[in-house]
Amino acid sequence: MSTTVLILIIFGAALLLGAGALLAYRLVRGHMPHFTRKALGIPYAVFLIFFVIAPMLVILVYAFTDRNMHFSFANFVKFFSDPTKLSTIAYSIVIALITTAVCLLIAFPVAYILARSKMKKKYVILMLFVLPMWINFVLRINAIRELFNWIGLLGEANYFNTVFGMVYDFLPFMILPIYTTLMKIEESLYEASADLGAGAFTTFFRVTLPLSVPGVVSGVTMVFLPSMTNYVVSDMLGNSMVTIIGKFISEYFASDWHMGSMVALVLLIVVFVSTLLTGGFKSEENVRGANL
Amino acid sequence: MAEHIIELQNVTKYYDDNLVIDNVSFYVNKGEFITFLGPSGCGKTTTLRMIAGFDLPTSGKILLHGEDISRLPPNKRPVNTVFQRYALFPHFNVFENIAFGLKCKRVLNTYRNAQGEEYTKKERLSKKEIAEKVRKALEVVDLEGFEKRSISTLSGGQQQRVAIARAIVNEPEILLLDEPLGALDLKMRKEMQIELKEMHRRLGITFIYVTHDQEEALTMSDTIVVMSDGVVQQIGTPTKIYNEPANTFVADFIGESNIINGTMVSEKLVRFCGKNFVCLDEFETGEQVDVVVRPEDIAMCAPEQGTLVGRVISVVFKGIHYEITAQLGKYELVINSTESRKVGDIIGMKIAPDGIHLMKPKYTTNVFDGVITKHNTVEFADGEFECDVTQLYPGSHIDEEEYLITASGEKIDLTGVEVRVEVGLYDITISDDAEAGGTTGHIISIIYKGDHYRLIVRTEKEEEDFVFATDDLWNENDLVSVIIPKDKIKLSLKQTEEKKRLGGNEA
Repeated sequence: MSTTVLILIIFGAALLLGAGALLAYRLVRGHMPHFTRKALGIPYAVFLIFFVIAPMLVILVYAFTDRNMHFSFANFVKFFSDPTKLSTIAYSIVIALITTAVCLLIAFPVAYILARSKMKKKYVILMLFVLPMWINFVLRINAIRELFNWIGLLGEANYFNTVFGMVYDFLPFMILPIYTTLMKIEESLYEASADLGAGAFTTFFRVTLPLSVPGVVSGVTMVFLPSMTNYVVSDMLGNSMVTIIGKFISEYFASDWHMGSMVALVLLIVVFVSTLLTGGFKSEENVRGANL
Repeated sequence: MAEHIIELQNVTKYYDDNLVIDNVSFYVNKGEFITFLGPSGCGKTTTLRMIAGFDLPTSGKILLHGEDISRLPPNKRPVNTVFQRYALFPHFNVFENIAFGLKCKRVLNTYRNAQGEEYTKKERLSKKEIAEKVRKALEVVDLEGFEKRSISTLSGGQQQRVAIARAIVNEPEILLLDEPLGALDLKMRKEMQIELKEMHRRLGITFIYVTHDQEEALTMSDTIVVMSDGVVQQIGTPTKIYNEPANTFVADFIGESNIINGTMVSEKLVRFCGKNFVCLDEFETGEQVDVVVRPEDIAMCAPEQGTLVGRVISVVFKGIHYEITAQLGKYELVINSTESRKVGDIIGMKIAPDGIHLMKPKYTTNVFDGVITKHNTVEFADGEFECDVTQLYPGSHIDEEEYLITASGEKIDLTGVEVRVEVGLYDITISDDAEAGGTTGHIISIIYKGDHYRLIVRTEKEEEDFVFATDDLWNENDLVSVIIPKDKIKLSLKQTEEKKRLGGNEA
């Protein structure tokens, strides 16, 4: 396959270039390189070029070519003229939004209570919330599937099951960043707020919530994006009746790389736009919006 | 008489099991600038936090205008705090920070309805009122036009001013300041001290200030509360605290001091450093006292004119004066003088009666500096005494090899360890037999105290004094040996700061 060859070439070139750069450096200086910050950055730059920028270009090229590698808008037109594809995107976004919202609703109070409590053993509780992350997620999703099967929910409520699985899977990713930002809020800020006459309610909405925005944004990003593409959950819990955008991509790459690349590109744009939106959640009004 | 705006009554505070404030009572006059001064961990910040409402006293009362507020949450108290590290809200700009308290405020407005009846309504301040108040507060702290600036763009000094503005804009009855200048550099701190003092004068509200910087406290305060170990050591004006320290802790903490053990030779005559000095304080003859002499109260003169003669061992230039350390025998005295001397010079020293401050020692027992020997005895006052070293570590015991084993099983070699030795006034007996006791000395004073005699025995080399009571009559100048039962020798490990300070030997 030409693509496999291409990837191998890129990989080999990256290694050669890195080694070459080091060797050249050594020859010029005549001794073992004294690593400046710039020199230490070279491997990362090489990595970024070949494993982030190059693959994206490859996807871009594939998306806008046909099977004969001729430039073509055909995939673009095909995608946006197919109602099932568009509705799948819409479904994916809705499922991701609901998952994110539910995660946030559960995670914020947990993180808040843990961060503010003076309990000595709170790390244990935090650990219990995070612990499932250490167990292989396919195993966990399988377990839930069996559970749903046992209580007879499997195949009965596919969308509910999917969202349930995703919330279960992604909750730690929402709790951790929020907990971390809440922990970073200095106690003296709460005291200052009370000192200036604010009650608990005012303090929460005027101090705690605005200052936890960075955690909320990173939590939202870490939940929203994967829940649009994680088709393992939708496959197993949605009884293969729920198709999300990630599923599409995987199916297309089995047959038509060009169409698959186009879907991936569309997803990339959706992700990019949603990141822009969450990144813009900075003013107070939007913060409340983020808390839904 | 000034009104007591805040009064603490028997306030005690425990954090978990640690006693941080031990039965503290005092009051603050309305409108004064009062400073809580003390080393870190003395409880000054905790006291402030209890007045602010962030901490609740374990027992005792805090009264505001005579009303108990000890249990009131911070947002219900008419006090505002300037925090140590400012605690400005990073997500608000200067205006929003200062307006925070105003936006929380509800004021009672009186209106007249159509029937002409008066009624009151609790209302928020209008945007215009808030803007006006913020502008005025910024004017007070010299930051006009800074409303839109974000907190992160401000320097430390400017943040400090915003923090002050944020507190005073609410027109609190009391402004609490928790080491507000601690993070500023020296020059800025001096400027802010003057400005704060000026602000206090203009605003006319009560300032309660917390600092560990004695100079800051002396410069700014109307009243200073000196604290240590959760206890108030002295309350008074800066002048009074500096000139008439209540005890050696205050003398030591406020300004530089020479603190020497002395004995009253007669009324208004005290003996220390081996010489007699006329003094102004009256104590009973024979009483052990702590003598405090400020370095600037020791005058240097020619050796033959001085009461004391010593050798200069160090000279440090301090800008306005020289700090000269002189050694006389085992004593070291610090002298501040505008004249310099060379290291090695022999100098005479004189101390005027008003430069000598006497205070009752904290311990009304005999206190010595001792060293533990190899065989778990203690050496002090030219002698060696048997003692029980296990009292240094509760629950410990001595093993066969004469090592101390602590309760947790740790093995400790006490050889050479410096200890404080305490012997009660009634635990010493003397004998004609020079071999009977741990050390020998001459009886230098016998005072009849009605039903018993009080004797002082001074050892020959170290000139340590044993003060004790006895029913027997002895003769002055008799050579006697000092007997102390093993179980009457109280030992405690010495604290290093304590050791460093004391010019002489005894604590």
